[in-house]
Amino acid sequence: MIKGKFIDNLPKVYGLYTGGFLVFIILMAIAESAGMTAKTIGILFVAFTVCIYAVIGYLSRTVQVDAYYVAGRQVPTVFNGMATAADWMSGASFVAMAGGIYFGGYTYMAFLVGWTGGYVLVSSLLAPYLRKFGCYTVPDFIGTRYGGNFARFCAVVVLTLASFTYVTAQINATGTIAARALGIPFELGVWVGLVSILLCSMLGGMRAVTWTQVAQYIVLIIAYLIPIFWISNKGGFGLFPHLMLGEEVARLGELEAQFGLVKNAAADVKAAGVPGGLKSISVPHSEVPAGGMAAWKFISLALCMMVGTASLPHILMRYFTTPSVKAARKSVAWSLFFIALLYTSAPMLATLSKLSLMDPNLPTGIIGKEISAVMAIDWVQAWTAQKQAFIADFNGDGVLQLNEWFMRGDVVVLSTPEVAGLPYVISGLVAAGGMAAAMSTADGLILAIANALSHDIYFKIIDPKADVRKRLLVARSLLVIIGAFGAYIASMRITSILGAVAWAFDFAMSGLFFPLILGVWWKRATRQGAIAGMIAGLASGTAYLIWVYPKFMGNPMLWGIDHLRFGIIGASVCLVVMVVVSLMTPEPDKATQKMVDEVRVPSGRTILGKQH
Amino acid sequence: MSNKDKHWEKTKGLMVLTLIIWFVFGYLIFMFGSSLNSASFLGYPLAYYMCAQGSIIAFVVLIFWFANKQESIDEEFGFTEQGEDD
Repeated sequence: MIKGKFIDNLPKVYGLYTGGFLVFIILMAIAESAGMTAKTIGILFVAFTVCIYAVIGYLSRTVQVDAYYVAGRQVPTVFNGMATAADWMSGASFVAMAGGIYFGGYTYMAFLVGWTGGYVLVSSLLAPYLRKFGCYTVPDFIGTRYGGNFARFCAVVVLTLASFTYVTAQINATGTIAARALGIPFELGVWVGLVSILLCSMLGGMRAVTWTQVAQYIVLIIAYLIPIFWISNKGGFGLFPHLMLGEEVARLGELEAQFGLVKNAAADVKAAGVPGGLKSISVPHSEVPAGGMAAWKFISLALCMMVGTASLPHILMRYFTTPSVKAARKSVAWSLFFIALLYTSAPMLATLSKLSLMDPNLPTGIIGKEISAVMAIDWVQAWTAQKQAFIADFNGDGVLQLNEWFMRGDVVVLSTPEVAGLPYVISGLVAAGGMAAAMSTADGLILAIANALSHDIYFKIIDPKADVRKRLLVARSLLVIIGAFGAYIASMRITSILGAVAWAFDFAMSGLFFPLILGVWWKRATRQGAIAGMIAGLASGTAYLIWVYPKFMGNPMLWGIDHLRFGIIGASVCLVVMVVVSLMTPEPDKATQKMVDEVRVPSGRTILGKQH
Repeated sequence: MSNKDKHWEKTKGLMVLTLIIWFVFGYLIFMFGSSLNSASFLGYPLAYYMCAQGSIIAFVVLIFWFANKQESIDEEFGFTEQGEDD
């Protein structure tokens, strides 16, 4: 059988694939030196990689429920780790994270700690137990553990809200990258991105998404690491940047002191006509802001991101695909290993990119130079023309000051190869990497929503007698509908990439974290408690978001909790309500308690059957 | 106490220990970020290093350690899964 053989041959298949991709990069480099235009290279990079994903998606097509929902539960540990890493690292991680560090420095790096530490919770509290349970979706666990369609329904609502908030940002990112690489308008780029995303998931569900995500991880990690090592070695900053950029970080501190970190007045920025969303560097790179409030802000953000990680269904469902409980645990470790390769590199990229721009001793430095000379540089012209960068000569001296250079955080990664003067082939590679990151996450999210709606709502609640053909037809149709709706919202450009991403974590933790962990760790948790907890958590979290977000009501914050951290309110309310209501209602019946006992040991059959 | 209960007691103990280590690297050290930053590691200010790399590496090691530890607990009480292995 081809499938069994395919699993055995995975290292060989993906080894060949990686080699092929490297050969493609070299061919492009040769083509560039032979005179191929930058635009053609960009198009080829994005088109070539997207076509490969589409082929993998087609080859992984399936008509079996088990394969469609959980990839047949036979994804090996390490490969599931790679797939999870791609699932996890979104357009925001790839495109916006280094940019965030670039403009936000140490304060922003709470995201790095938060987006990695959550996996400790996943491995110790959830993943192995959910795998033992044998569910297809996260609401499947809630619905079976607590019993009743209403609990299941509440879980689907939280899942849909959190994942949908997240997915629009991803489609937005694919649109931005497709638009730039292919030279088409953003509104069209969004739809091109959506079609690429659906090609990977529609025919094969989880199985297709798994194997494309592994392929996408390989592309994105190569695309992220090559420029960092290249710039570091080319500029003589160090052979191995992660270990050797201490001096450069210190140098940034000197330059900040030399140029002065000035926070521009909002009125000045507006008067100068700076396009919306562009920022100047006004926060120190490595300095820790003093005071208890600053420490609390750092910690509370990390907390929200960690707990959110452990509640996001598109991540948890990746651990349903491993062959065993043991493999699920190990797979979490591998996931974080592959994620760490990129996350530990992001601060290095931000450091190198900032230094290339700021150090007047480097040929690439632009700060402190004549504005007319800076405006003549190719990449400055290209990015200012697209309103992604801007120069405002506030003091009118004709020299570019640090506070007079504006840039959009999202373009730091995309522009760094050009800023540092690398050949265009690297920019094309980075575009392909960004596309892979955004597509893989979007695929995981759309699949999580569509699976919850098709399995938990359609099959479990509306029509439990539906046959396999009908179930998969519904699942696939929902995939298209949800994707199209997401693309439509994305094309309206409502919020910047990162604001929306943090919200998804907060929504998920508000409604799902405690019902999930207490379902395993507290036998006394009852159906009424879980339902009340989910509703109260989600409602209070959302209410606080509306209360505090400047564009909604904009009221003063409580205890320094802003709109990025509203999950702290939601999850706390959820915990209190769930515990109180559980204790007020009669304890779960014997069968449920026995089920929880069974979940706690790895051996034996899964709680839910192979086909359900 | 039955075999299952003993297994669960040990599992809980490991979970608590894991979360304590997680708390130290995820939160405790960042409560003292500004004083930590005066020290340096590999030439980086220490707090900067910990959030750029240190804590992340600690989390990776912690999860691998946890997975191995839990496996030996399962083995000790005879709850190892049969057959399927990766």
